[in-house]
Amino acid sequence: MSAEPAAVSLIVSSSPHAHSGASVRRIMLDVIIALVPALAVGLYLFGWNALRLVVVCVSACVLIEALCRKAMGRDPGVGDLSAVVTGVLLAFNLPPALPGWMAVIGCVFAIAVAKQIFGGLGYNPFNPALVGRAMLLVSFPVHMTTWAVPARLASVLEPARTAVDAVTMATPLGWAKTSLSAGNALPLALDSVATAWEFFAGFKPGCIGETSGLALLIGAAYLLYRRCIGWQTPVFFVGAVAVFAAILWRVDPARNLHPVFHVLTGGVMIGAFFMATDMVTSPVTRAGMAVFGAGCGVITMLIRAWGGYPEGVSFAILLMNAVTPLINKATRPRVFGHGRRK
Amino acid sequence: MTSGRIKRIMLGGIGRDNPVFAQVLGICSTLAVTNVLRNTVVMCLGLVFTLALSNLTVSALRRLMPARVRMMAEVLVIACYVIIVDIALKALAPDISRQLGPYVGLIITNCIVMGRAEAFALSNPPLPSLADGVAAGIGYSCVLLVIAFFRELLGSGTVWGARVLGEWWTNWAIMVMAPGAFFMLAVFIWIVKGAIPRAGNAAGKESGKQ
Repeated sequence: MSAEPAAVSLIVSSSPHAHSGASVRRIMLDVIIALVPALAVGLYLFGWNALRLVVVCVSACVLIEALCRKAMGRDPGVGDLSAVVTGVLLAFNLPPALPGWMAVIGCVFAIAVAKQIFGGLGYNPFNPALVGRAMLLVSFPVHMTTWAVPARLASVLEPARTAVDAVTMATPLGWAKTSLSAGNALPLALDSVATAWEFFAGFKPGCIGETSGLALLIGAAYLLYRRCIGWQTPVFFVGAVAVFAAILWRVDPARNLHPVFHVLTGGVMIGAFFMATDMVTSPVTRAGMAVFGAGCGVITMLIRAWGGYPEGVSFAILLMNAVTPLINKATRPRVFGHGRRK
Repeated sequence: MTSGRIKRIMLGGIGRDNPVFAQVLGICSTLAVTNVLRNTVVMCLGLVFTLALSNLTVSALRRLMPARVRMMAEVLVIACYVIIVDIALKALAPDISRQLGPYVGLIITNCIVMGRAEAFALSNPPLPSLADGVAAGIGYSCVLLVIAFFRELLGSGTVWGARVLGEWWTNWAIMVMAPGAFFMLAVFIWIVKGAIPRAGNAAGKESGKQ
């Protein structure tokens, strides 16, 4: 065939005929790029401790991924960078002073148990990084809730710092919860716009990557621009948290935090933009994404308001991960050419 | 009813037909009582006792039981032995009995006991049935003891109540809770299924080639 000069070569191939160039590797690389601003803030606030945890988590995740894939007879490649993303996200959800070996246990759990056992990338029903975090939180509650104080603190938190301890202190949410459950009044109020800005910029205790809403938003804007995430999930997530918190706050401002406070503290920002938008574990339809985001927000607020933990973002997302197949089924679009569902 | 057959029954119950990791029965008690080794041993003894004797009794009565009410008859037999275990435990080891709580009584509903009575004792003579009950009980016990060993070690840093891991050890709280048992059981089944049926797979492949 090759010997004949082909005047017209007709190639018949199956679709897709035009490829966008998107690949798993490229998307994961985009996510990593989008996480850089938050990483920078984390390193600025928590210093070497944060760097240590990120390095430990990323290398552990990549190594475990390679080992698991080899042991299970799959292609041992880690070139799709998904293990790197899991490592960074897991580190972002850990308190900066966590011992490294605990982080490694979290990584084993995230990669081996939550991801590779289910069949690897694309088959995991739950967000691996969040499974790792949840396992660590349940296993080592003391270490997972010991927060180092960032170099510079929001003014509203100063009294707590001097009153309690010089090295560690509670997160704003944890502080509010402890005080309320002891029957006291709210220990802090979001009384000035300046404080809100400080919280937004990230000057508060918390996990490595979750403190700065600003840095996370910059990264999220890049992801939206690259169309790696849909806007529905984060908007409905944050919106549901804000609306729920606003209702509670209207009912009883003395015992409930200001909605702005709820949105800016804890893991809402990182959860809404980086964890709930995980392509594998969230719905594929736009309507489904909205339902998913709103569900995450509502469950987060339920846990914050009435649950035992001060923060509920990770559990909320994991719970919604579990119903993702149902959401997908319920929001399946009408097949072109078929009649409307009755 | 040769000794070879009994040997086969015994090996099957512990290995290939293991009630927990091959048939995935009796999971509820596997999850509930395996956080401390001592309670697990007591639970295992209770189950082996119940399983062996209920199998024996059901098998001995199998021609007398009308088929329509056989389930009820079996439950009555099983309940008798469970009550014996429960009362003996309350008298001899009251604090273990308290820690095990309702799970001793719940041996009645343990799927393994009913399963063996239905699947084996009803259609086999008493002696093999007794062997089958003992084998299934030992198979169950093996799995539980392994899981309990690791859960107690990781969750409390102890083995049989004695501290083996030093001060440096941080307890994994999740291992003491029910989810820890789920993960432990899953990992255990994973490892065992990866290791044991390799022989079966190889045989299967060979027969496939022929």
